[in-house]
Amino acid sequence: MTIFVFCIALFLIGLYAIVTKRNLIKIIIGFALIEYSVNLLFALIGFRRGALAPIITKVHSAHNFVDPIPQALVLTAIVIALGTTAVMLAIALRIYERYKTFDIAKIKKLKG
Amino acid sequence: MKGMSLIVKTITNIMIGFIFLYGVYIILHGHLTPGGGFAGGVIVAGVFVLRYLAFGGSKAGEKKSSITASVFESVGALLFVIIALLGLLIAGVFFFNFLPKGTPLYLLSAGIIPFCNIAIGIKVGAGLFSIFLALAAFKYIMED
Amino acid sequence: MSIIPLYFAIPLITAFAIPLLGKISKTLVWIVATVVSFVLFILALYGIALTQETSMIVYRMGNWPPPLGIVMAFDSFSAFMVLVISIIVFSGCFFSLRYIGHFTGQWKFYTLYMLITAGMMGIAITGDLFNMFVFLEIAAISSYCLVAFGVDAEELEASFKYMVMGEIGGLTFLLAIALLYAKTSTLNLADISNTISSIGMTPFFWTILGMLLFAFSIKAALVPFHTWLPDAHPAAPAPVSSLLSGIFIKVLGIYTTARIVFNIFGLNRANAPVFFNILIGIGLLSIAWAGLSALNQKDYKRLLGYSTVSQIGYIMVGFGIGNYYGVAGAIFYILAHALGKGLLFLTSGSVVHRTGTRDLDKLAGLGEAMSTTAWSYRFGALSLIGLPPLVGFFAKLFIVLGAIKAGLLWLAIIAIGLSVLTLSYLLKIENSVFMKKGKMADIKKAPFSMRIAMVFLVILVLLTGLGFQTLMDFLIGPAANALLRGVEYAQLVFGSFSLNF
Repeated sequence: MTIFVFCIALFLIGLYAIVTKRNLIKIIIGFALIEYSVNLLFALIGFRRGALAPIITKVHSAHNFVDPIPQALVLTAIVIALGTTAVMLAIALRIYERYKTFDIAKIKKLKG
Repeated sequence: MKGMSLIVKTITNIMIGFIFLYGVYIILHGHLTPGGGFAGGVIVAGVFVLRYLAFGGSKAGEKKSSITASVFESVGALLFVIIALLGLLIAGVFFFNFLPKGTPLYLLSAGIIPFCNIAIGIKVGAGLFSIFLALAAFKYIMED
Repeated sequence: MSIIPLYFAIPLITAFAIPLLGKISKTLVWIVATVVSFVLFILALYGIALTQETSMIVYRMGNWPPPLGIVMAFDSFSAFMVLVISIIVFSGCFFSLRYIGHFTGQWKFYTLYMLITAGMMGIAITGDLFNMFVFLEIAAISSYCLVAFGVDAEELEASFKYMVMGEIGGLTFLLAIALLYAKTSTLNLADISNTISSIGMTPFFWTILGMLLFAFSIKAALVPFHTWLPDAHPAAPAPVSSLLSGIFIKVLGIYTTARIVFNIFGLNRANAPVFFNILIGIGLLSIAWAGLSALNQKDYKRLLGYSTVSQIGYIMVGFGIGNYYGVAGAIFYILAHALGKGLLFLTSGSVVHRTGTRDLDKLAGLGEAMSTTAWSYRFGALSLIGLPPLVGFFAKLFIVLGAIKAGLLWLAIIAIGLSVLTLSYLLKIENSVFMKKGKMADIKKAPFSMRIAMVFLVILVLLTGLGFQTLMDFLIGPAANALLRGVEYAQLVFGSFSLNF
């Protein structure tokens, strides 16, 4: 239960940053926090106390491993997050080039 | 972009091959040890980023490397999809592991997985380096 | 050999081959993209034929059996979505030849276009929750890039705004997947459905359903979360606006919601009346609020953007009604709105291409100068308003019938009454762009390829309207039944005949 509460708290902190911050880069950092919290939640869901890393070697065959599926999901989610963050940063850079500012209060050519 | 000091250049010259080799090792042993195409690809991309940071690059050079990177990225992705489609053609199942599995824990085992790892490694190495170029030198590259 | 994986494998291969072909010739890229989207159209028709014989085709990726590996679950609703996607992709691709002509780096456009296609196709046929997330992000990231394709100040700003909203939705979806995995220890949609049926709808599952509805409402631009759409869709190049408004938000928002509510959580009007009333409420709010906002827009494409939000509300109302006619009406409306709004955005593209402005005050007198565009606009608009022989009429008719059968007479009356809003905002464009006499006399006709794409959609609007009975028997009816059979979906996935072994 604790892992849910803390991970969702981290998620909400990231959401708070996205909603209240006015700097584009800080908004992107908010997204990084959210992504981190979800990945952490995935890794913790798969965790079992005293279990081994899920790697088959000559010594350890398949027994008493932590759940490997969330780890695979985290890897995929990290790759997707990488792509999103790269696109966000590229667009933020372009916006800076056009408006000469990262402040969203000054970036409002669109009405609503 | 300007290059860095002579010390950095010398150290980079020595280290760059080893780092590249390590990346290739991670890619090729993806089915045996932690790591794989993505992790190894990131290390390989790191080599190019390091070279770029240490020695700098001209406008023309950046354009040229971004074109090369995009070609390699496409080739890697195409290889991956073609491996998946070969499974469809040979056995009727997308992503079918149609090669012999071999003995576990040996380098030549696990059927198509090492080849998928190589394709991903090429794709990620080239892709990450072009992301770096797009962020670092986007003014020149995006002009045309 | 089965064709199911080809739906996303072909666009993916094309997307990665285009950067190499783009070095050779620009026109070659367009030819390849158009041919590929036409092949997808043919494959989609073949898929419809397949689902007439078997109600569910399960395809195992890498031949791993369902709860372990990723499966593709292809039923009538998926086949329907694949067909609509391929129609809009094909017409948009054909339209792009001249419209994209003045942009630099054209091959990037077609790569992103094909990636969006692959992502949408994947969402429509996947039977795995995480796989759905991956395809959703592929489609979403490509759409962020395409919205910013013109790299003007407004387009970048719209893209960033869209990206912030869209990613909040996407990451909420990922959080919901994590929580669902913690409870059910599986990612297969059918397996999740089985677990939920055996445990029952606990408050935990209701919370997850709420999070999923929030995520998909953002993707579908339903009213409290619609603010990105009127900025993002107009900023994109016209064929992309047509794709985004026509089908993209329906696959990412509406299809996913319907699939998860009906087939995975096994809800229907009998066991969750409050939830379905909430869906109706959101739908009505969208229709009214966005319809009213559309009335005082001065921008051609922005008005159409608000109109999209408003029309999505009708689809949500149809699913909220929840009986056979309501759901069939909603599915019919997906088709009607895809054709109609796709067509309207293409007309906006040819107007912008020839005049260079989207301002309704500056545009005038194009009714004679660009007659094909004007008549295409009229057909699309009349279909959306709901004039009898066109497809939009039958879609609305089924939703109203469903409301009456469900005993919601007030809803039927409101739904018809709110059509007045559609009529008035679409007439506004007709009045100021095509009817009003003005000075813009030396405007040439739209280029040939653009006219072909528009006429193609006009013919489809007419044909689907005239042949609605056939459509109902072979396409819409089976799709509605696929949704309404609820948790039986899981038994079909686990126990059904599979094409390969």
